[in-house]
Amino acid sequence: MAVKATVTFGNQFFTSRLEKVVGWARKYSIFQYPFVTACCGMEYMAVAAGHYDMDRFGAGLPRFSPRQSDVLFVVGTISHKIAPVLKTTYDQMCEPKWVVAFGVCTCTGGFYDDYATVMGIDTIIPVHLYIPGCPPRPETVLDGLIKLQERIQNERQELFHGS
Amino acid sequence: MAPDSLTLRKLKERFPGSVLAVHSYRGDDTAVVKGEDLVSVARFLKEDPELQYNFLMDLTAVDYLGQEPFDSPQRVVLGSAQEGIRFEVVYHFYSLPLNQRVRIKVPVPESDPTVDSVTGLWAGANWFEREVWDMFGIRFKGHPDLRRILLYDGFEGHPLQKDYPLRKRQPRIGPQV
Amino acid sequence: MMDTQAEVGRTHDETMTLRMGPAHPAMHGIIQIDLRLEGEVVVRADVEIGYLHRAFEKHCENVSYNKCFPWTDRLNYVSPLINNFGYAMAVEKLLGIEVTERCKYIRTIMSEISRITDHMTNIGTSAMELGAMSVFLYLMKAREYLWELIEAVTGARVTICYGRVGGVKADFPDGLKEQTRGALRECRSVLREIHSLLTKNRIFMDRMVNVGVISQEDAISYGITGPFLRSTGVPYDVRKAQPYMVYDRLDWDVPLGSNGENYDRYLVRMEEMEQSMRIIEQALEQMPPGPYQVDIEGKPLEPPEMVDLGKLGKTRELLGVKLDLSPNLRGMDRPHHQLVNVPDKKVVLPPKELTYGNIEGLMQHFKLVMDEHGIRPPRGEAYQAVEGGNGELGFYVVSDGTDIPYRVRCRPPCFPIMAALPRMLEGGMVADIVPTFGSVNMIGGELDR
Repeated sequence: MAVKATVTFGNQFFTSRLEKVVGWARKYSIFQYPFVTACCGMEYMAVAAGHYDMDRFGAGLPRFSPRQSDVLFVVGTISHKIAPVLKTTYDQMCEPKWVVAFGVCTCTGGFYDDYATVMGIDTIIPVHLYIPGCPPRPETVLDGLIKLQERIQNERQELFHGS
Repeated sequence: MAPDSLTLRKLKERFPGSVLAVHSYRGDDTAVVKGEDLVSVARFLKEDPELQYNFLMDLTAVDYLGQEPFDSPQRVVLGSAQEGIRFEVVYHFYSLPLNQRVRIKVPVPESDPTVDSVTGLWAGANWFEREVWDMFGIRFKGHPDLRRILLYDGFEGHPLQKDYPLRKRQPRIGPQV
Repeated sequence: MMDTQAEVGRTHDETMTLRMGPAHPAMHGIIQIDLRLEGEVVVRADVEIGYLHRAFEKHCENVSYNKCFPWTDRLNYVSPLINNFGYAMAVEKLLGIEVTERCKYIRTIMSEISRITDHMTNIGTSAMELGAMSVFLYLMKAREYLWELIEAVTGARVTICYGRVGGVKADFPDGLKEQTRGALRECRSVLREIHSLLTKNRIFMDRMVNVGVISQEDAISYGITGPFLRSTGVPYDVRKAQPYMVYDRLDWDVPLGSNGENYDRYLVRMEEMEQSMRIIEQALEQMPPGPYQVDIEGKPLEPPEMVDLGKLGKTRELLGVKLDLSPNLRGMDRPHHQLVNVPDKKVVLPPKELTYGNIEGLMQHFKLVMDEHGIRPPRGEAYQAVEGGNGELGFYVVSDGTDIPYRVRCRPPCFPIMAALPRMLEGGMVADIVPTFGSVNMIGGELDR
């Protein structure tokens, strides 16, 4: 779980320092929720297992409860039937949270342009990182993960409730 | 014309009025039978000691919207189906003891798309028939629980019908395209 | 065991409804099980599927025959090669053509590699759900060796799109034999480890033995095939019963279980992997050198034949020019092309030298890939079954004589098994759902299409 600081600092200098530290802590302790639906799950397994080893980047522990996780990995095609479930899962996650669209089906719908498939999950929930590919190769996934870490480090950390 | 296989011969002998056409195109024995005799034909195929088709391998349908059902250039027509045929429900049976297959097809009119259910003979027919209802809108008389299986409640229409557009979406949440 | 369960059930007067899924941690794949529970005993289970329905059959009715292959990859995405070849064989049956010898061997070998990856993924994930994380990691490692092989041949890891009507995309690369032997050696050593970790493991056996039992009669009545049926003791394997490709020329056995329980299914899958490796080794030895695609009459395709003999000399000279193909096109050049494709101009794309090097090849390519040209099987229908990872994978193709299939139906092997799932769960404990569902090897893409 991400660090949630509740200490208040009045000084601007300390806040910016603290932001860096919190960002550093958050980016290396990504607890992901793999919302695995389809083919991309095969590559997700490959990335999680020994050969490519996501754990090297601090994202080794999947939490299967949305309340315990920071990053929602949407892995695989989202059909209209599962879409409300995805939305609920996203709503159940605590702030701060990020969403990764893993695979081209989640990015745009891919070549499943038909009556059953949602054309990109960003029509339902916000997305912070798109990893294209059908399915993306493990290298692409790791590259995406590092980009997500950069983003987490550089964005404004929500240190206080309601700030 | 190749001689008929044992299965087709027996079917024609046993159900002379209800076998509408037969063919063995590309080695697949096929018989088109009348809808009202489907269950007795299926039971005969399953229970006859010389046939023993104990597996219902597949159950699906084809929508021949606006055309005559076509299946093979070798089709031998024995009787004529009623007017207004739109669908054909297709059964693939397999006999484990005798290692043979047969395909049974049932013409279904557009005005009353109903076929008798074979769930009493094969438990596996339950889900297959639900899928055909879901995708084609063909009802199965005597089915214990005929509701949608792949799509969701509130979905209108049956997507594998030829007149359902590929991209006609009916989202549950999100933008209504 | 059952008595204590019944007692537990009696202490509670009311039943509880529990909805398991569609996003549940212990279930790989998205289904929902509506459970009626009495204490911890499952009284009634109702399975809801369809969460990955993405209109495979509808898509196939809208594109030409060869363009269906990418969709077939994504049916059973754990063993995509078998889907590819199953669909290709159904269309070939409709066309009435037979592929070349070498192509048959290539298809056999690739199918079996795919089958091993399928079983590995299944055992790995279901063991992980029972807490055996290391088994999952070891099996993913072994699967990686096989994926490297698949990548060397097809150019992709998962969605390979390697099958073609009348052949395969490209011939084997050089040195594949040695690479395969190395990969199989690694796989065998991993599988030995898995055996020592799981097969006699007390915890694993407690969760698997006598759990999720299904009788022979029920299995047949539901139309269950594959390892699942064989675990009940029925010796039905499409590869033996109605041999296709070259399975009848190789020496291998069909492993059988006896009780139809989770543990038997685990053992059957483990043994099947060993048999698949035997098939691969023998097929690699017997494999003839030579072409892989065939023409509409089923004759092996000689590329020079494709250029009409009466053409002017200039064209012939062009034919002789050896082009330096990019590495992406390795295995698609003329000598390889002849070995693995049928010599049918109306079915198989020309070798790449011809596409790039002369007008006839370009035209032939053009005629096959453009809409309203392409492969045109005669009006008719055909059903072709192959043994997929989960059982009989059937393709029923109806042609109306145009270049677009009128109807493509996939008979999904795990569909009947999922239909029978309530039968296996009812009467058991909630915790038994996880190993039983794991042993079904439910693959969303194939189940919901």
